[in-house]
Amino acid sequence: MSVIKINDLVYTYPGASKPSIDGVSLTIEKGEFVLITGPSGCGKTSLCRTFNGLVPHFYKGDLSGQIIVADQDIMGEQTFDMAKHVGLVFQNPENQLFALSVEKDVAFGLENLGISREEMRKRVDWALNLTGIYDLRERSPHEISGGQQQRVTIAAVLAMQPKIIVLDEPTSFLDPLSAERIFEVIYKLNQEQGITVILVEHRLDLTAKYTNHLVVMDKGKICFEGNPRNILCNDEISQIGVGIPKATLLYKKLKADGFDISEQTPLSSDEFANQLLKVLANDYS
Amino acid sequence: MITVENVHYSYGNNIEALKGISLTINDGDFIAIMGQNGAGKTTFIKHFNGLLKPSSGIVYVNNVATTKTSVAALARNVGFVFQNPDNQLFSETVEDEVAFALKNFGFDNDTIAQRVTWALDFLSLTQYRKISPFLLSGGERKRVALASVLAWDPDTLVLDEPTIGQDHEQKENLRQFVMQLQTKKKTVIMVTHDVEFVAECNPRVILMRDGKIIADGIAKDILTNSQLLEESSIVRPQIAQIFAKLSPLGLPANTIDIDEAKTMILTKAKESNRQ
Repeated sequence: MSVIKINDLVYTYPGASKPSIDGVSLTIEKGEFVLITGPSGCGKTSLCRTFNGLVPHFYKGDLSGQIIVADQDIMGEQTFDMAKHVGLVFQNPENQLFALSVEKDVAFGLENLGISREEMRKRVDWALNLTGIYDLRERSPHEISGGQQQRVTIAAVLAMQPKIIVLDEPTSFLDPLSAERIFEVIYKLNQEQGITVILVEHRLDLTAKYTNHLVVMDKGKICFEGNPRNILCNDEISQIGVGIPKATLLYKKLKADGFDISEQTPLSSDEFANQLLKVLANDYS
Repeated sequence: MITVENVHYSYGNNIEALKGISLTINDGDFIAIMGQNGAGKTTFIKHFNGLLKPSSGIVYVNNVATTKTSVAALARNVGFVFQNPDNQLFSETVEDEVAFALKNFGFDNDTIAQRVTWALDFLSLTQYRKISPFLLSGGERKRVALASVLAWDPDTLVLDEPTIGQDHEQKENLRQFVMQLQTKKKTVIMVTHDVEFVAECNPRVILMRDGKIIADGIAKDILTNSQLLEESSIVRPQIAQIFAKLSPLGLPANTIDIDEAKTMILTKAKESNRQ
């Protein structure tokens, strides 16, 4: 069952001379973990903004094509109605925080859903714990670090328990271990609760291993889509300027020099190391 | 040269953010300051251009204590690019933004025009010359902030998380640019969480934790030291993650460079075929 279906989407920001999204069709199935990547300015953030109608309702501009999200046609829905279905986490956390305390920021979206006080308390605590910021709950969101702010915006979206979570470089300000923990939390929600995740990332080193549906964009178009193992071993991908994981790159370099360690392209260091140990162990026996 | 002598710094709330830091940064050094959120990295680098003055201890920039001079005078030598570009952008066009400091420093119009064109071209921003920085993406705004500092060619460049929001090609451009600066003996100090970028650049790494420096050394030793990494919430770069698991093959765990990695694996493969 598809949760997002986009047909022939062309979108131009007001005053821009060329479209930011230039003929995109994309179907996302329920429960998928989709990774969208591509060089800066390729249109990936603009595409994410269509998922809850920020494009075109807030940003205006010219749009043609069709966007169906959670069975709703975006053109006929208000952005605040879509918030029940789609949670968005943007790049810059400061723009999304405004309440007097971390806890109130996380609770804000829930207050508008009309749920009971106890349920609200439960969900806020759950989201604060999951993102590791429970101890910060009474601090002002403006006196904590950029990385901590990013966790607040993620917690606020998780608390809403939307069916679809869209994250646009959600951990860029976080230290690597915290970033990995956040990705693990999101991956777990995806695996255990079937939440559809759409993640925009440049850093495939950290994230390629989670996805089964990779979308590579360039100049407003989708140029590769599908299984990450097939896409990342394609040489054209480096020409677009996509930074493939070092484990995958090392595998390709060895293969180019005549040492093919596996039929399956590795996406993570664990996969690479296990494949290599297996091959060399066989050689010894 | 920057010399830091036993610097302590407290914000108004009496929480000590820096707890006794001493360090010498030589001309031409390329330094990555790493450590978990809240370790004091940003507080520390703000001392290099006098934005913050030590609560106790001294910071000398080119032998002048930062308490004895102004931020404006220090800025000519120490260029700063902040983590969040929105904190330093305010002009109506990208071009004006990049020209702003040059005007303040009193460069003539021809020099300004030439430096602006060079900086915009260098950072692939020429096409945005006439538009507002606020219409650009986060990664692009970050490049505008960098261009506006590069334009006046300071001796020391301080970059707070320069790779955030940058794609693969832009990171590679940044790396090559830093290498170019090295040949001119410019000093580059960056605060970063980007272990892959650090592994590619191979700078001197200074590791901070809880307001102190806990390690100072070459990237390949620090980024593969399990204890230091754990204390600082840093994950090994991916090549080092692979080599951490290859000890059964007798390969060195302190490997972070992909080409070195390739050569060692090929050698190992040939050896094993011979047996």
